[in-house]
Amino acid sequence: MARQIGDVIVDLQNISLRFGGVKALTDISFNVREHEIRSIIGPNGAGKSSMLNVINGVYHPQEGQIFFKGALRKKMEPHEAAEQGIARTFQNIALFKGMTVLDNIMTGRNLKMKCNFLQHALYWGAAQKEEIAHRIKVEEVIEFLEIQDIRKTPVGRLPYGLQKRVELARALAAEPHILLLDEPMAGMNVEEKQDMCRFILDVNDHYGTTIVLIEHDMGVVMDISDRVVVLDYGKKIGDGEPDEVKNNPEVIKAYLGTSH
Amino acid sequence: MFYREAGQFKASYAEDSQIFPIRQDKIGFWVLMLVFGVAVPLLTNEYWLKAILIPVLIFSLAAIGLNILTGYAGQLSLGSAAFMAVGAFAAYNFILRVEGMPFLVALVLAGGTAAAVGILFGLPSLRIKGFYLAVATLAAQFFIVWALVKFPWFSNYSSSGVVTAQEVTILGYTFSSPEAKYVLTFLIVAFMALLAKNLVRSSTGRAWMAVRDMDVAAQVIGFRLMRTKLLAFAVSSFYCGVAGALYAYTYIGTVEPEGFNLDLSFKILFMIIIGGVGSIMGSFLGAAFIVLLPIFLDNVVPLVFGDALGAGFVSNFQLIVFGGLIIFFLIVEPHGLARLWQIAKEKLRLWPFPH
Amino acid sequence: MQFFIEVLVGGLLSGVMYALVALGFVLIYKASGVFNFAQGAMVFFAALTFVGFQEVLPGWLGLEADSGVVFWLAFLLAFIAMIVLGIATERIVLRPLVNQPHITLFMATIGLTYVVEGIAQMAWGANVRGLDLGIVDEPIAWLMDNYEIGVSKFDLFAAGMAASLVALLAILFQYTKVGRALRAVADDHQAALSIGIPLQTIWRVVWAVAGFVALVAGMIWGARNGVQFALTFTALKALPVLILGGFTSVPGAIVGGLIIGASEKLAEVYVGPFVGGGIEGWFPYMLALAFLLVRPEGLFGEKHIDRV
Ligand SMILES: Nc1ncnc2c1ncn2[C@@H]1O[C@H](COP(=O)(O)OP(=O)(O)O)[C@@H](O)[C@H]1O
Ligand SMILES: [Mg+2]
Repeated sequence: MARQIGDVIVDLQNISLRFGGVKALTDISFNVREHEIRSIIGPNGAGKSSMLNVINGVYHPQEGQIFFKGALRKKMEPHEAAEQGIARTFQNIALFKGMTVLDNIMTGRNLKMKCNFLQHALYWGAAQKEEIAHRIKVEEVIEFLEIQDIRKTPVGRLPYGLQKRVELARALAAEPHILLLDEPMAGMNVEEKQDMCRFILDVNDHYGTTIVLIEHDMGVVMDISDRVVVLDYGKKIGDGEPDEVKNNPEVIKAYLGTSH
Repeated sequence: MFYREAGQFKASYAEDSQIFPIRQDKIGFWVLMLVFGVAVPLLTNEYWLKAILIPVLIFSLAAIGLNILTGYAGQLSLGSAAFMAVGAFAAYNFILRVEGMPFLVALVLAGGTAAAVGILFGLPSLRIKGFYLAVATLAAQFFIVWALVKFPWFSNYSSSGVVTAQEVTILGYTFSSPEAKYVLTFLIVAFMALLAKNLVRSSTGRAWMAVRDMDVAAQVIGFRLMRTKLLAFAVSSFYCGVAGALYAYTYIGTVEPEGFNLDLSFKILFMIIIGGVGSIMGSFLGAAFIVLLPIFLDNVVPLVFGDALGAGFVSNFQLIVFGGLIIFFLIVEPHGLARLWQIAKEKLRLWPFPH
Repeated sequence: MQFFIEVLVGGLLSGVMYALVALGFVLIYKASGVFNFAQGAMVFFAALTFVGFQEVLPGWLGLEADSGVVFWLAFLLAFIAMIVLGIATERIVLRPLVNQPHITLFMATIGLTYVVEGIAQMAWGANVRGLDLGIVDEPIAWLMDNYEIGVSKFDLFAAGMAASLVALLAILFQYTKVGRALRAVADDHQAALSIGIPLQTIWRVVWAVAGFVALVAGMIWGARNGVQFALTFTALKALPVLILGGFTSVPGAIVGGLIIGASEKLAEVYVGPFVGGGIEGWFPYMLALAFLLVRPEGLFGEKHIDRV
């Protein structure tokens, strides 16, 4: 393998998160290394999505510390996480429904666009040049994910699988260092899953993007992950390389042994 | 037959992202500009200019303003008329109190003042959403009109806040005839509509729409909620403010704060619902529709029902038709006249071979 | 001090009347998620229909204008009119818009406002009418004599009516089958549907009940200020109550109404003179806003974090 797994870039220490009386996460510590594919698994309601939301500042944990590239991170808002190079897809598709595929993906470039609104209003000159430069980048993503045909389609009209792909495209357009993927293959057929796997591996391989992945399909997870963390009822019950996790008795009891 | 994009291949992304990618549309647009900019003022009479065309243009501008905030950025406002009032009274005071203030500068300052007030009343949008925010915008509506009445300085101590707009002079030329006022209004509105169109197709517009469609995802992709929302309030209020100033200076001449009441705010809301929420062109269609409808009803209702029913009947009938149309459009075509226009064009593209 | 108490009590009592209108909003919002801007127009429609029937019934039936029969018959007919209005609204406006965004429904009710106002005035004319409930608007002698505090009999009566109506509704919701179904719908539309509660029926019932509330509110407000177009503005009085108390909370509507009523009157008396008066048009909104900035979840709402 060409890519080389690097140092820890995200380090969560003793994170606890509550919603009223519900304990979504209890004293969780785990880390993500640069360039790796790090998976989070666990039954529904285990706190997987909450974990991603903590990493990119959507939720703010009541306790615990987050280190990002070695530095302690103060309470961070999602847009600040984005500025640090964290991009994300959502469990329930969170595309901008009223916009076309192209515009949705263009939003991924927003942090790299420097013109202000007055320049946008006049459009000629700098703003137009910038728009076109970023359009070229976006077209690369469109080509990479093979969605050329639906560029101008409003996202609301697309089937589920394609919407998931557009959401990935939007995240990729941001050229993130870290990509958080929340069940990107849920509800897909085998073929779509294979495509999605290929895209994830390609991104990781080509650009060295660090990937944190939530996925229920054990085959996929064990296949593509470098390390896997297992959650159950907001607690961490296993962490390590796929083989390690697979043989962890507690994990087998709580998760692998059941319906999956 | 003639409305085709066949053979027109986009050679670059610049061409692909034009406002009118299809050549026929571009030609049509310039024909329209010539007709409304040159032919109309030469050919129509004073009544049409003063009672229909000028108000349609001005309300279009206000509707664009509301559309930016509500249609694009998704923040429902029930206070547009109050921002028109700010613009009207700001322009009046800048021209009154600053020696030699050029009209166009006063217009920009009026818009700027409205924008500043808009930002102030937009602040709650950072913490509250939806209906709560819509109701909060009523605070702007009532407070601004009240303040303009209660503090006589704004109206230069005239009785009950009525002010008469000064003459409009640009570079020594005084715009006094209806034709001149129309052309001035037309140029300003056309220019500002173009700017608005540019805004909404740029990164600024995408930020607004992203916040409208899914605010958490918008933040996660890097948009700043506060900046995006407040910018929408500012730009929207700027447009309403300029519209208000034009309302005073090129339309009715004499204005009072109470004229910019909740009813007017609703009217502007109706314009964007009927014209098309989230469409610049829809703003024009909606404004034209709402201005023309009462004139049409005034003339047609007595013809159909006879005079015996009286003026009260006509005005109540108008209420019912207005309200009914709003409901009708929301049910049948929530994207308004703009969408119907698009559908018509798509049909035309296929004509005469319907496949 | 007496004066302060007088203003405060007057404010609280008028707050109850705001709460009454706000209650109409809350009922409909809870059951159907519709923020019914037309509630004010319904108040106007109901009151106008009531006095309209009061005027024409004596002629039709050959009765004395002030007979109890006329009063109660007019009340009944006005109520029926409100039921018809509710059913028509459900059928014509709400049903085609089901599953549309809430904002769309809200805008539809602004359209409905115009339609209802137009129909009311077309049917009964637009001139101002008096409405007599037989209670005079004069201070309660006992309070005046012993404490020199002027509290209007009428205000007290109105507050009493509003309070009993709220109690009645609370009982209805708590103990009847329809009430329970209604609360189920409010909690979760899907769940209510899946256990076989017909949504359309619920909506109709709720609109009818909201119509009844509008009728009572309209009669009280109408008796106080005359039955006129201005009654539609009662909605504008109720809106700040709603943002303060929350759209879904009945206690919120009541407490919010009291707070708005009292502070509005106090502000008008103690702050108004310094700024030229007439502040009651916007003061409640500013108050509610200021409150929301501190506590966006409202008086009784729970803190909510969007789930993604
Ligand atoms: N925004 C929220 N408000 C309230 N409770 C939440 C919120 N987000 C998550 N939860 C709760 O936290 C727990 C973990 O949820 P989640 O992280 O979505 O689990 P998973 O993604 O593993 O299925 C659940 O009990 C869920 O109900
Ligand atoms: Mg999840």
